[in-house]
Amino acid sequence: MASAGTAGMAGMAAAGGTAAGKAAGGRAPRAPSARTGPRGSDPSLDGFREVQRLAYECAEAVAAQLRPGVTEREAARMQRRYLAERGVRDWFHLPFAWFGDRTAFAGFRHPLQFFPTDRRLEPGMPFILDMAPVHRGYTADIGYSGCLGPHPLHEKLLDDLAAHRALILEQVRERRSLREIYLAVDQLMVRQGYENRHRAYPFGVIAHRVDRVREGWSPTLFGFGLQALKGLASDALRGHREGWSPLWSPYRFSDHPPRPGLWAVEPHLGFRGTGAKFEEILVVTDSRDPEESAFWLDDDLPHVRRWQDCGSQEGKRP
Amino acid sequence: MSGSEPTADGGREPAASGAPALEGASVRRVRTAEGVELCVAELGERGRPPVVLVHGYPDSKEVWSEIARQLAADFHVILYDVRGCGRSTAPKPLRGGFTLEKLTDDFLTVINAVSPDRPVHLVGHDWGSVQGWEFVTVRRTEGRVASFTSISGPSLDHFGHWLKKRANRPTPRRVGQLLAQGAKSWYVYALHTPALPELAWRGPLGRRWWPKLLNRMERVSTDDYPTSSLPDDAAHGAWLYRDNVRSRLLRPRDDAYAHTPVQLVTPTGDAFLSPRLYDELELWAPRLTRRTLAARHWAPRTRPDQLTAWVGDFVRANEPDAEAAAGGGTRNGIGAPRRLPAAGAYADHFGGRLVLVTGAASGIGRATVFAFAEAGARVVAVDRDAEGAHRTAEMAALIGAAEAHAEVVDVADESAMEKLADRVRTEHGVPDVVVNNAGIGLAGSLLDTTTEEWRRVLDVNLWGVIHGCRLFGRQMVERGQGGHIVNTASAAAYLPSRSLGAYGASKAAVLMLSESLRAELAEHDIGVSAICPGVVNTNITNTTRFAGTDDKEEQRRRRQATRLYGRRNYPPEKVAAAILRAVVRNEAVVPVTPEARAARVLGRLSPRTLRLTARLRPPV
Repeated sequence: MASAGTAGMAGMAAAGGTAAGKAAGGRAPRAPSARTGPRGSDPSLDGFREVQRLAYECAEAVAAQLRPGVTEREAARMQRRYLAERGVRDWFHLPFAWFGDRTAFAGFRHPLQFFPTDRRLEPGMPFILDMAPVHRGYTADIGYSGCLGPHPLHEKLLDDLAAHRALILEQVRERRSLREIYLAVDQLMVRQGYENRHRAYPFGVIAHRVDRVREGWSPTLFGFGLQALKGLASDALRGHREGWSPLWSPYRFSDHPPRPGLWAVEPHLGFRGTGAKFEEILVVTDSRDPEESAFWLDDDLPHVRRWQDCGSQEGKRP
Repeated sequence: MSGSEPTADGGREPAASGAPALEGASVRRVRTAEGVELCVAELGERGRPPVVLVHGYPDSKEVWSEIARQLAADFHVILYDVRGCGRSTAPKPLRGGFTLEKLTDDFLTVINAVSPDRPVHLVGHDWGSVQGWEFVTVRRTEGRVASFTSISGPSLDHFGHWLKKRANRPTPRRVGQLLAQGAKSWYVYALHTPALPELAWRGPLGRRWWPKLLNRMERVSTDDYPTSSLPDDAAHGAWLYRDNVRSRLLRPRDDAYAHTPVQLVTPTGDAFLSPRLYDELELWAPRLTRRTLAARHWAPRTRPDQLTAWVGDFVRANEPDAEAAAGGGTRNGIGAPRRLPAAGAYADHFGGRLVLVTGAASGIGRATVFAFAEAGARVVAVDRDAEGAHRTAEMAALIGAAEAHAEVVDVADESAMEKLADRVRTEHGVPDVVVNNAGIGLAGSLLDTTTEEWRRVLDVNLWGVIHGCRLFGRQMVERGQGGHIVNTASAAAYLPSRSLGAYGASKAAVLMLSESLRAELAEHDIGVSAICPGVVNTNITNTTRFAGTDDKEEQRRRRQATRLYGRRNYPPEKVAAAILRAVVRNEAVVPVTPEARAARVLGRLSPRTLRLTARLRPPV
């Protein structure tokens, strides 16, 4: 388990918090970024890790139940029910499910097309489950790509996502601007022969910030939790004043170094009607130690295990 | 064997004078219950999948000579002269002796003699295919035929239903289809007149005019074809029409469903059969694979390589005994039956065909390779960027390419291109489609362009295309079985601009070269298309040289251009689709983006306006 593995580093914890405060330059960043100590030591990170794991467990459980004939709506409902049974009451966004060429957002023109449809799963079809539950005030936002039966192309896409995960972490540690990193990911996709499909997301984001959410009344609006939207909006407002943005996009407003905090990163590859993505939380701190300055919240996730199992050369760019 | 061929019953078969040799064939005579003697030839090793080739009208089994020779490497090939043709005897009397029922008896007699325990794969051309449809739709052959490849010959029953449907419920379109096919069928009416056709065939038509007609109208090489038995074949064969056409077209069978997988090969330039005849054929043949070939009616003579490949693939895919297929399938070095057919656009045209694309590591070239791969082609991705070319080939193999290879070559390098052409020919064969796409960008004022920059842009953009056209065009001409060359020009080829002078000059040269080459190669059935994409979102903006700028300024302009092209966001996939369409329709010049098309129209309507726009300072 990643948390156990990194527990040994907890000894170096103390300095991190104060360094964070200083490096933030009096901009008074809010939870949990500034409070984040070294990897795995922060109790609030445990909360995020727990809900992220719960979400991935849900994805694996639902994926295991998918059969030919299941519709996207049914798959979304299955995710919702699974998480509701385990205490999830609020959402960053409600679960999505995309089947077939909808995994590559083929022909998407307006955001309503993201919502689950009556498209039925067929043998050999790829699918993506995407959900963002809030559990005890902690948010996760995950994406899970799978396929009903063997699909060599889909497997290739999943393999190639490993390079993106490594690239993003490397460049965030180098403190490149988010826009630059976005374009570097774009270039890697072009070299791989893929299309960038996260450009289809609202504002074309490859990532967005997630944060703690107040528990209580939790309505949703167009599939997004109002509490989470509120958090994002206030981030956006403060970011606008301070010159950063909670949305990681290819546009000028993302032309700033990575902002400490939790980022749900979701590179999405598309290739001629087949799409694959992962989504997980990247922790950015303001530590000077590169290892500590950014790390994936959890390395014990299905897609990471898959790369390790295949002996896939994670970290090596093609 | 020269002079004589052994017969199965120990006798010697005298070779008809002037007959093209089915070299190495063992020939035997099979006697039907009715007393007709059929001449059956066999090639290739027995025990391999048996393939029966049935000829059409006016022909004899020698029409298959080239295809039979090639198929014999992998299969047990069986050919026979239809009754009344070649060295088979004619029934007496002729009238009523050529009904499809009797022809089915002949077929069963032949396959029972040569392949009593194993179902055969059937291939028919023209009347051979008409017969084939009968063989695979009647119950008594069930279990005896494993697959059927139909070339230029519809089922008379399907044809009858086709006519009925159009005559009973005429719409303008249906009437048009009726009239079009009606005009193509003139010879059918002529053959129904008594005695005259026989007189004509036995007179100068059969003896002198027919070879010339075949050569001129069908581009069939007549060195060793047709055989000297043609006048008799043609005179006897007239009864094929008289005995079957009227009865079947007026009262078509309602149960003419194929009980085998069918591969339908439709030549697009067939003077006698409209491709519309095969609309809705899926209703009659549920396991149908469609193939489309740019050829005329006598495709077995003019396109033997492609037909052999398709027949071979189809036989292997439908061979019940997988091990035997693996043993027999040595072409391409892999014997396992392939996935058939591919699903992409124009899969019927490009399935199994060899396509070579230069500049295939990115942008339009890569998208073109992928589009051909989705259509099931065998692709060769050429680029000087080894990593990119290999990546393209790797991805192409995942999306349906029958084979995918990468070649690392700089198209500007003459000797490297010559080696490439030799290598491709020996390893994969002559390409059916060559896309000369590799190109580099060069922007900036002409006065600032150095000679070195000029040389580089001409070397790649023009000389690369010249080498590709010269080397592969030569291979296509030598093979003599058609082909297509696509050259990527540019909208800058006809759109003057103060900032793209050198690039535009190189592309204008490509455009004119393509148009001239098209004229030159037309007589060889080789098409040439020039593609003028326009502003397309590819990597070219990141590698374009900006003349008269230093490194930093160049980087800035590249970024700016990339952003501009990104905002236009015209995907290379659409250009690739235009390239496939251009090959299928044999289009000469294809402007792709709306602005490229508008500029071309404007250049004709008002060249002056176009010249004025050339003076505008570009945003980059």
